[in-house]
Amino acid sequence: MTVLQGIRILELANERISFAGKLMADMGAEVILIEPPEGEASRHYPPFVDDDETKPSLYFWHYNTSKKGIILDLTQADGQDTFRQLAASADVLLESEPIQRLTELQLDYAQLSTLNPDLIHIAVTPYGRDNPLSDLPVTDLTLMAAGGPPWSCGYDDHNLPPVRGWGNQGYQTGCHFAFMSMLTALMARNAGLGGQFIDVSMVASLNVTTEAATYTYHINGGEVQRQTGRHAAVLPTGESQMRCADGKYVNTGVPPRFPDEFGKLLDWLRKLKLEDELPEAVFLQMGAEWQGHFDLSRIGEDDEITAIFSAGRMALTLIASRISAYDFFIGCQNAGLAVGIIYSPEEAFEDPHFIARGFQQEVMHPDRAEPVRYPGAPYKLAASPWQIYGPAPDLGQHTAEILAALKD
Amino acid sequence: MRICDFTGQLAGAGATKWLAAFGAEVIRIEDPVRQGRWDILRGTGPFKPGQSGLEYGAGFNNHNTDKAGITLNLRRSEAKHILVELIKVSDAVTENFAKGVLESWGFGYDRLREIKPDIVYVSNCGFGHVGPYSEYKTWGPIVQAISGLTFSSTLPHQPPAGWGYSYMDHTGAYYMAMAIMLALLHRQKTGEGQRVDLACTEAALSLNGPALLDWTVNQRPMRQAVQPSSNRSQFKPMAPHGIYRCLGDDEWVAISCRDDEDWAKLAQLIDAAWTASFTTLQQRLADQDGLDTQIEAWTAGQTKQAVEQALRDLPIPVAAVARPAERINDPANQGLWPTVTHSAMGEVVVDGQPVKFSTTPWRSQRGAPCLSEHTRDVLTRLLGYSDEEVTVLYEEGVL
Repeated sequence: MTVLQGIRILELANERISFAGKLMADMGAEVILIEPPEGEASRHYPPFVDDDETKPSLYFWHYNTSKKGIILDLTQADGQDTFRQLAASADVLLESEPIQRLTELQLDYAQLSTLNPDLIHIAVTPYGRDNPLSDLPVTDLTLMAAGGPPWSCGYDDHNLPPVRGWGNQGYQTGCHFAFMSMLTALMARNAGLGGQFIDVSMVASLNVTTEAATYTYHINGGEVQRQTGRHAAVLPTGESQMRCADGKYVNTGVPPRFPDEFGKLLDWLRKLKLEDELPEAVFLQMGAEWQGHFDLSRIGEDDEITAIFSAGRMALTLIASRISAYDFFIGCQNAGLAVGIIYSPEEAFEDPHFIARGFQQEVMHPDRAEPVRYPGAPYKLAASPWQIYGPAPDLGQHTAEILAALKD
Repeated sequence: MRICDFTGQLAGAGATKWLAAFGAEVIRIEDPVRQGRWDILRGTGPFKPGQSGLEYGAGFNNHNTDKAGITLNLRRSEAKHILVELIKVSDAVTENFAKGVLESWGFGYDRLREIKPDIVYVSNCGFGHVGPYSEYKTWGPIVQAISGLTFSSTLPHQPPAGWGYSYMDHTGAYYMAMAIMLALLHRQKTGEGQRVDLACTEAALSLNGPALLDWTVNQRPMRQAVQPSSNRSQFKPMAPHGIYRCLGDDEWVAISCRDDEDWAKLAQLIDAAWTASFTTLQQRLADQDGLDTQIEAWTAGQTKQAVEQALRDLPIPVAAVARPAERINDPANQGLWPTVTHSAMGEVVVDGQPVKFSTTPWRSQRGAPCLSEHTRDVLTRLLGYSDEEVTVLYEEGVL
């Protein structure tokens, strides 16, 4: 049984919201991607199958799994009529149009809701529906810059620019809120409150996805500053990224700070026969035998605490310089330290943990002999699992089927 | 809707914050012995000037608005009994502990289902509850490291820049909120509860879609001899596309030209001879370093606001890199940050929700609960205890 089975969603094709439609479709909703006759622009975005731009876009494939696709020319009267009929049969309209466009087409919420009072209309715009900036062109990069994330991301060296986290995370953050809104509105509708209009701002979504940058300012006016590979902070903090013997990096997270951790770290150092190379290992022994509370707030004041704490960091640095990032990650975790290898996406995808959990999802494509491996479930619902129901639609693949059903 | 909520930090608390803002009764359970410190944010700064300690952490307050807070000393059988009573009247149990914590208290999923057959149980755990790394520990930056998000956020010839905050605590919370609502909708439809195993690392990995298909279909890894700048755009290719220095100290502007038309407008504005050698996308992509140097020479003499306005007038995609104060004080963001009342902190401005619902709007009014602030209310109003019984339970160290 799929949770959203029977829920019909109209998605007016736009690269900014395609991920929201995918989140809905992969939970079983019938998502009808409505494209203009020339098709959605992202059908022509790389990467392409076999790097051949005459072949399908893998970008489009990814963001449009489990959807149906129809062509509808909303600039023509018959296209508008068909759209009205579809809206009457739908549960959700998901769109990212210019603010006035649907009103000009006489297809806005005021009109559609008279046809279908239970319709949930979700408008996802760059700056919200009441801000004319929403009609100006944007990219993921400019949304991110305006919404706050790059201010906090980059390097200790502020001659280097702030960094935008890669991968359409600005679009995707807006899409997360669109999907959460849709589920919330479905629950409200189930409670008898009918449909409604929902205005999702992408820049606002990013603004509340900035953690301490925002709440620090609110609480005391402090301004966080970006630092290499770790949280932006008002006052500088210690580095947390280390380069290992194979050139790959790890994030060491919170340094060792409990007696048990010092003990395990010392054992590991011994196992690697590195104890003799670290004169400070003696402090790890002291740390392992520490009685009572190891008070981190006394670093810099208490000589023993300071020496033990820095010996932990030195031991990790020494070990990292001698072994691979993967061995460092596993070794630290086995010593109880929350450390992570800095994987590239494909390295994570092929990692045994995610393979064992079944994260790789195989999807059959009609013109390919072998299934294509896709990223899988973001959550595992035991009774109503996430799944890819089919590959992204070809342009207009379901037009005849959907329109014929409307006439019945 | 009522949530029996063990979540903490941001990765869990952010999920139930959304539900609380839309009117769910979220009852947060804390340990009186450790004074709720399993959520490290409880007593962690930043603080309001003149405040500090357990009740004053800004992050804790921000992530726990509109929730009730009760204390239960689950080492005691009387407290376990109260928890059973609470689960009986709850729709969902939520937590983001390490694997096995809830089981160790005797409240694993099988037990929860015994107590309430249609309960929804959602855990949000770094590596999930199943798989070779399920015993391993994470926090936001570790999730980002494992999933490729740290790696891909970088400049060339530099170590990964990563994310300067816990993007995946926020985003893990969004997936947790989705999972809770999906499971509740499933229950409304079928009458059946279920267990959700959310591995935050998997939610993170799923955010790399096109790159992963490039790997599985074309065998192209993202790890290259020299990593490309993540301020540039590959999918689709655009140039210029970057963050450029402006006049002032640490002031920057983001500019994207999506196509030749955007570029032609920008080139006309810049009005310099060098632009002629970058007319086609192919030319611009072939020498992005050279192009970026020229663009930056042009932006560096102007304020970011001036560049932003000039490019909006064209218009082409542009945005000044906003400092916290600039975006927070932007009148366009009015309403995004409500002022809530916290029993100890007083009035505090917090993150609201970036959505406007026409019929069922979110509301945030109350700050995070102080330790045990709502214990008496929940036990008497909801679970039928008398005031005297609650007093005795406090005296006996159960609450």
